Amino acid sequence: MSVLDIKNVTKSFSTTKAVDDFTLSVGDGELVCLLGPSGSGKSTLLRMIGGFETPTSGHVAIDGEDVTRVPPEKRPTGMVFQSHALWTHMNVFKNLAFGLKLRRLPEAEIKRKVEAVLELVGLGGFGHRATNQLSGGQQQRVALARSLVLEPKILLLDEPFASLDQHLRERLREEVRDIQQRLKITTLFVTHGQDEALALADRIVVMRDGRTEQADRPDVVYREPATPFVAGFIGTMNLVDGTVANGTFTHSGFAVPLPAGDGAATLAVRPEALEIVSATGAGMAKIHRVTDYGTHAIVDIELPDGTRLKSMTSEARDWSHGQPIDLRPKAFAAYRDNAAIHRSN
Amino acid sequence: MARALVEKRIDWTGIFFAVALTIVIVFPLLVVGTWAFTNVWRYPSVIPQEFGLKFWQQTLARADVWSAITMSLSLATVVTLLSAIICLPAAYAFARMDFPGRNILFFSFLAGHAFPKFGLLVAIAGIFLSLNLIGTFWGVVLIQLVGTLLFMIWIPVAAFQSVDRRMEEAARDVGAGPFRVFWSITLPQAGPTIAAAVLLSFVGTFYETEGAWLIGAPQIRTLPVLMISFINNQPVIQYGAVLSVLLWVPSFIALLFARRVISSGSFAKGFGG
Repeated sequence: MSVLDIKNVTKSFSTTKAVDDFTLSVGDGELVCLLGPSGSGKSTLLRMIGGFETPTSGHVAIDGEDVTRVPPEKRPTGMVFQSHALWTHMNVFKNLAFGLKLRRLPEAEIKRKVEAVLELVGLGGFGHRATNQLSGGQQQRVALARSLVLEPKILLLDEPFASLDQHLRERLREEVRDIQQRLKITTLFVTHGQDEALALADRIVVMRDGRTEQADRPDVVYREPATPFVAGFIGTMNLVDGTVANGTFTHSGFAVPLPAGDGAATLAVRPEALEIVSATGAGMAKIHRVTDYGTHAIVDIELPDGTRLKSMTSEARDWSHGQPIDLRPKAFAAYRDNAAIHRSN
Repeated sequence: MARALVEKRIDWTGIFFAVALTIVIVFPLLVVGTWAFTNVWRYPSVIPQEFGLKFWQQTLARADVWSAITMSLSLATVVTLLSAIICLPAAYAFARMDFPGRNILFFSFLAGHAFPKFGLLVAIAGIFLSLNLIGTFWGVVLIQLVGTLLFMIWIPVAAFQSVDRRMEEAARDVGAGPFRVFWSITLPQAGPTIAAAVLLSFVGTFYETEGAWLIGAPQIRTLPVLMISFINNQPVIQYGAVLSVLLWVPSFIALLFARRVISSGSFAKGFGG
C-alpha cells in the first residue's frame, strides 16, 4: 500500500498554475526525486505535502488518510529546507529537542533520542554548539536530524544541498541515501540537479509547468526519456529538429534511417552514442573543437547550418578543426508531438 | 609595508569632527554637571569657589521632587507596557498579513510626527477637556502613548519582517501551533530589536514634556515639567542642575541595558529593514 497519495492536485497562484492536475503515489520506504527546472512546480508540490500550501483542488492522503486541509503541525511529515532554517537563538540540542518537548516526552528520553540522531548524522557531541558555530554542511545535517528525530512517516527535502559546494553536496547526498535506506523512511527529494536525482532516487518524477513529463526508474528515465524535454533535461543530449521522408530523417546533411511516417520529428542522440567516422563521401559535418578530459574526450561537431552536436569518445584520435567527417548514431530516439515514435538501442 | 603607511597617516578630518562633537555635546553637560555639585560659584571665577552636595540635600528633601520622580517612573512604565500590548500584535499584523488599507494605516503613524507637535497637542487638549481627561493620570498616559506609536510599530515591524519565514515553517513542521511559533521562534528572533524599541519608548516617555505639561498641569507633574518650573521660577541655578543630573539616570541605565540586550546590528536592522 502506498504511504503518500496525491490525486489530481492543482495549485493556482492568481493567474498561473504552479501545479496542474498532478497525481502520484509513493510506496513505503521509497525515495522519489521531484526533478525539474525552477518554476516547474516541484517545490510547491512538496509544500502542499508538508501542509504549507493548500491545493486549489485535488487531494493529498498520507497512509490513506486525507490530509489536504490539515495544518503542518498535525501532519506526520518532516521537512528539510534549502536554507536549513535552524533556530539561531537555540543551540543544536534545543533545535532537536523542540519538537520532542512539544510532544511532552520525558527529559531523559528526549536526551537519548537527540543524542542518537546526532550520532546518526555524524554530529555526536555537537549538542551544545551554537548553530552559527557550524559549517554549512553541518547545519544541513542538523536540519536533517531535526526532522528525523521526530520519526516522520514522510521525509521532505527541498533542495537541501543547493547552497553547498559540489564536493560537499556529493558527500551529503550519499549520507542521506545511507540514512534513508537504514531507516527505510519514505522520502521525497526536490532538486533541479539531474545528477543528484540519478544518484539518489528509486524513482524520478520529471516535472515541467506543474505536470509530470515522466515518472520512472533513473536508468529508464536516462535511457528511454519519454519526451524531448526529459531527453534534454537528463544528462547531455543532442536534440535535432528535422523531417522524415521515405524512412530517412534529415537535417542539414545529417541523415539517419528512421522507420517512421513522413513529417517533422526530433532526433535525440546521447554524445556517447554518436560515433564519428572518417568522411567517405561529401563529409557534410565538420570537427569544431576537441576537449580532452583524460578518461574521455568531447568532440564538438558543426553541421553546415551551424547546428552543434557533441560526441563523446574514449579513443584518442587526432581530429583537427574543420576536418570533414561522417556521423553514425549507434542508438537514438525520435519524437513527434511530444511523444517517442521510435527507439533504436 | 603599505599597511604600516596607512596606519601612520593622521586622519585630521576625523579628529576635527571628534573635537567639534566633544565641544558641542560634552561641554554643556560638563557645565550642568558642575553646577549640580556646586555650593558657591560667583562671577568671574572659572571654577566654583565651593563644591558640595548642599543642593542635592535640599532638592532631595523636597516632597514635590519625590512625587515627580514616582509620577515619571509610573507614567513611563504604564505607557510603555500599554504601548507594547497594543503595538506588538499590530506590528506583527503589519509585518505578516495583507489587509486593505495596510499601507495607508502604516504611514498614518508618521502623521503625528510630521506636523508641529504643539499644534496637535493643543487640538487634543481641546478634546480631552470635554472628556474630563485634563489634569488626570490617564489623560497624560493617552497623550504619551500617541508619542510612542511610531517607534513601537515601525521598529518591531522591521524586526518581524526580518525573521526568516522558513524558521517559522520549520517550527510548524515539528508540531508547534501558530501561537507557539510566535512565542518560541518569532519573538525571540525579533527580541533584541523589539527590546530596543521598548527601551526607546520608555526613555522617550520619561523625557516627554510638552504633552505631560499641556494635558497634565497642574495636577500631574513629571520630573521634566518640574525641572522647567524650577528653571523658570527659582533664582537658584543648582535646583535645575540637580534635576538635570537626576534625569540622566534613566537614560544612562537604559544605555547600559541596551549594550547588553542589543547585539550588534539588530538595532540598525530595526531601522533599516
